[in-house]
Amino acid sequence: MRQSIRASITIRGETMGQATLKITPPNVPAEKVSGPWGDAWRAFRKNKTAMLGLCIIVFFILVALLAPLLAPYGYKEQELVNRLKPPSGDHWFGTDDLGRDMFTRILYGARISLWVGFFSVIGSIIVGTLLGVLAGFYGRWIDMLISRVFDILLAFPSILLAIAIVAILGPSLRNALLAIAIVNIPTYGRLVRARVLSLKSEEYITAARAIGMKNSRILLTHILPNSLTPIIVQGTLGIATAIIEAAALGFLGLGAQPPDPEWGKMLSDSRQFIQKAPWTVIFPGLSIMLTVLGFNLMGDGLRDVLDPRMKN
Amino acid sequence: MNSYLFKRVMVLIPVLIGMTLIVFSIIHAIPGDPAETILGQKATEQSKEALRQQLGLDQPWLQQYFNYMGDLLQGDLGTSIRTKTPIAEEMLPYLAATLELTAASMLFATFVGVNAGILSAWKQNSWFDYAAMIVALIGVSMPIFWLGLMEQLLFAIKLHWLPSIGRMDQRDPVESITNLYIIDTILAGRWDQLWTVIKHLILPSIALGTIPMAIIARMTRSSMLEVMSSDYIRTAKAKGMSQFLVVYKHALKNSLIPVLTVVGLQTGSLLGGAVLTETIFAWPGVGRYIYEAISSRDYPVIQSGILIIAFIFVFINLLVDLLYAAVDPRINYNKG
Amino acid sequence: MAKRKWGNLALVLTLGAALALSGCGGNGNNADSEATAGTNAGATAAPESSPEAAKDAQDTLIVGRGGDSASLDPAIVTDGESLKIAHQVFDSLLEYKPGTSEVQASLADSWEVSADGLTYTFKLHPGVKFHDGTDFNAEAVVFNFTRWSDPASEYKFEGDSFDYYDSMFGPDGSRVIKEVKAVDETTVQFVLNQPQAPFLQNVAMTCFGIASPTAIKEKKENFKNEPVGTGPFVFKEWKHNDSITLEKNADYWEEGLPKLNKVIVRSIPDNSARFNALQNGEIDLMEDLSPDDLSTLEGNSELQKIERPPFNVAYLGFNFNKKPFDDVKVRQALNHAVNKQAIIDAFFSGQATAAVNPMPPSLWGYNDAVQDYEYDLEKAKALLAEAGYPDGLPETVTLYAMPVSRPYMPDGKKVAEAIQADWEKIGVKTTIESPEWATYLDDTKAGEKDDIYMLGWTGDNGDPDNFLYTLLDKDAIPGNNRSFYVNEELHTILINAQKETDQTKRSDLYKEAQEIIKADAPWIPLVHTTPLLAAKANLKGYVPGPTGTEYYSEVYFE
Repeated sequence: MRQSIRASITIRGETMGQATLKITPPNVPAEKVSGPWGDAWRAFRKNKTAMLGLCIIVFFILVALLAPLLAPYGYKEQELVNRLKPPSGDHWFGTDDLGRDMFTRILYGARISLWVGFFSVIGSIIVGTLLGVLAGFYGRWIDMLISRVFDILLAFPSILLAIAIVAILGPSLRNALLAIAIVNIPTYGRLVRARVLSLKSEEYITAARAIGMKNSRILLTHILPNSLTPIIVQGTLGIATAIIEAAALGFLGLGAQPPDPEWGKMLSDSRQFIQKAPWTVIFPGLSIMLTVLGFNLMGDGLRDVLDPRMKN
Repeated sequence: MNSYLFKRVMVLIPVLIGMTLIVFSIIHAIPGDPAETILGQKATEQSKEALRQQLGLDQPWLQQYFNYMGDLLQGDLGTSIRTKTPIAEEMLPYLAATLELTAASMLFATFVGVNAGILSAWKQNSWFDYAAMIVALIGVSMPIFWLGLMEQLLFAIKLHWLPSIGRMDQRDPVESITNLYIIDTILAGRWDQLWTVIKHLILPSIALGTIPMAIIARMTRSSMLEVMSSDYIRTAKAKGMSQFLVVYKHALKNSLIPVLTVVGLQTGSLLGGAVLTETIFAWPGVGRYIYEAISSRDYPVIQSGILIIAFIFVFINLLVDLLYAAVDPRINYNKG
Repeated sequence: MAKRKWGNLALVLTLGAALALSGCGGNGNNADSEATAGTNAGATAAPESSPEAAKDAQDTLIVGRGGDSASLDPAIVTDGESLKIAHQVFDSLLEYKPGTSEVQASLADSWEVSADGLTYTFKLHPGVKFHDGTDFNAEAVVFNFTRWSDPASEYKFEGDSFDYYDSMFGPDGSRVIKEVKAVDETTVQFVLNQPQAPFLQNVAMTCFGIASPTAIKEKKENFKNEPVGTGPFVFKEWKHNDSITLEKNADYWEEGLPKLNKVIVRSIPDNSARFNALQNGEIDLMEDLSPDDLSTLEGNSELQKIERPPFNVAYLGFNFNKKPFDDVKVRQALNHAVNKQAIIDAFFSGQATAAVNPMPPSLWGYNDAVQDYEYDLEKAKALLAEAGYPDGLPETVTLYAMPVSRPYMPDGKKVAEAIQADWEKIGVKTTIESPEWATYLDDTKAGEKDDIYMLGWTGDNGDPDNFLYTLLDKDAIPGNNRSFYVNEELHTILINAQKETDQTKRSDLYKEAQEIIKADAPWIPLVHTTPLLAAKANLKGYVPGPTGTEYYSEVYFE
């Protein structure tokens, strides 16, 4: 019994480490909602921390979408005479060492981080689901093969694997996104596989088979919809992971390239001014942390609401 | 127990082989001619050929893999292209530095995490509980490279309390025997040096240990809350703070399992996160070693560095599983 | 049974590598710790346990610099960081007076030149020994020069090339030095094919430091990791990208030197981290102080500012192998699109002047008449249009910017970003790449990956030849001419200037050369800087040379 619990925990074995909390503070009432989405939403709304997470996310999505309207300057716009100026009325977050407005760059940075977060997770989900379904549904040697590949991929610390992939493909934002997507595939793959396996033995699937329903239809009408909730929960937490991983790659110079205003890259560029102009380092880091916090809170809340089983 | 160990190791074999396959493939995944990528297109055909021979790229694929495995089993991790030194020899001090850092981080994470978790549960819904859980929430969302920079800003640059970079005072180098400086200085009886080494360890290990610390705190708290609702503890608690130690001992025993789990889970993140922490704190560890190899396209070093880290990760997970069996009498592995 | 066997194999798999690893490392390590133990024993005489006590008798110098050495064999490198270490470990036949580029005796006590300028005879200092205990003599000098000049030398190891030798004494086929003869144990004679005006200046360069022939023969390609010379300091240990440790050469042939017992040179790439380390007392001397930190430095009484005499140039070079940079119009257009003054104001705090020519104004032969391409984006666009690119360049340009701080350019990546923004205004898009320093140098030398590269040069020997011929002549391909710029007319002028012995005539030739270079625009000369260093206030005897290399042997602490 304990073994299987551990296996399920290891699912997200090591991703940058942050935040795969399988256990939430019990002072947040976890309501068992088995009904339609409406019930879930009502329960979700009662969960204060989850709502806070949602607010943070919505805020950053708005910032990202409206960046061109909100930003007082261009994100590439340099004013060398105004370099390393502290926060002021003209420059709310100060300027960086090329005289670029930090506030503007933070706004545009939200675009990059959310974009990498969403799309890398969607990529991992698509491939992971496909492999998970294949493994779970067809079993036998296909299952063996796919599961072993997942095991192997999970045996590497994920950021290291991502670094290796970028080292092969060459540093760029696109390759960083690809690398992050690849290293997270097994997370979703295993999840879907486990779901498929447990559903396969359920009576209604057996019944569907008995009445001659085709495999592909069973998959589409029964199994995939039923795998959706854990994927949504995992995906939300996964975006948090992906954002941090992208920032880490950017920080190491393996992600976004200048003059892209990626938060991690901004951090590493401003590192040397930490004493003279701390605002150049404080704001990008705060932005990363807040965004990630938002997705983590929301992910925790979603799990409580949608999938209480995952809790234990 | 033995048969469980045996089974557990058996399952590892395909994983380990798969890992070597992946690492082995890194050099083959480079688009184009690897020799050319490493040496540049202007390199003479002669020197490219020499490199191909050194890397064994001139042989059939399967043959190359078997050679690679053969070398690996003999402890030969290849030769660095940049420094022309055997990697196994070159990596050892780096590896020790990383192990020291990760061990210190884990120690910090466990000590602070477990205690904060227990206190939080004991004082559920108090200000301490809220503060601790907010810190834990923020902790799990922390970009550790930023945390490291902020620590440097505060404790090294502003307050001058702790050194900002490195492992020791270069003026007074540690005589390295094991390359684990804590042990080296103790063996040499150099207590002043030990203190210097510890001071150098503090900031990077806090940066690296914060995420596991937050996770351990949250896990300990929730498992403690379960325990606290038992009648035995309720009685103890009703008797007041004098019973705190009783609860504490009891709780400590109970938190062992979640902590073990987190140790297993987080080793990977620690080993991976070490790349970032070591870059920020100029810590001469294996993460920085790999990172620098990427920048100089030293593929054999990248391969071996990643493989060794992954091996350690797998090995620690194995260890954790075995400890489970030892710690938790409820689990009977011989049946499973 | 079979299962059991597999189990064992698995264990071997998991642990084998780790065990073997510790086995291998153990040996190397023991040797190491023995070495350190030895020196520590020596040092314990003066207890250094408390920092206060150590201050009184400080005899270890810790230097922090921006980049690591690419190699420790001075003959195969061209970068200042490598030569800086080599300068401590090796001596050349001659050397420069500290703080100048004037030549004086070193391993050679005296020298004579024949009337026709074709024969130089050096009398060597007797009784000098290499660090490995073997004798320094005329044969050793011959061995070294033969190693550098003979293209088939068995001591020219895989991947190595003697760029400086080729560059200073002509490439294979047009060598300046015909023959080097050992006349007797302490007399060595150079016979030249043609007179070379800066010959003595060249011989004094660090890259022509005399290495122990025995060590080269024994260590082979590993010599570049474990150098053996006659210098004031003995090489001890190199932790790549971390530190290089040198120890006092107790048998140094110059009496009373070195004053220090030990020198540790650390690589701390981040300018602010390096400055922090100085402020925290983790290092004693830092190179390449960022001008941004100047005000902090001047407000700290425990530190001192050291200025290196300006003798350098930082530039962007076009790679002629890549289209469209073979087109002079494109090169001129980009020249017009760099706002040097804004860059100097922003990044150099007045510690630099805009560069017009490829050599510094303080050097004789500098051409004041040459006018720079002024910052004018309209002109730049017009020139691009003339070259056939009215809408800017169609492809993204790869711009290499230095990953490490250099004396002539404290933060290359930032300056590159400023230039990137200017160029975008005329429709030239760039990606900035900064691979690790050694790779950076290899890449730009190969000229395949970069379109435009940033680099700089600190004069080695106080002769214009060392800027113009060394960096821009066709003989310097592949090597220091990373632009692959070939101009026959320029080549003729530069060669004539080498053969000419009258300085006024030489000066005129170099002025003419600068005009040609201006017109061809193979570079965008950026700045000449006054490099800043910072040190603890109690550090004395450090005289920074204009050439960027100086002995640590005179340094001491008060």
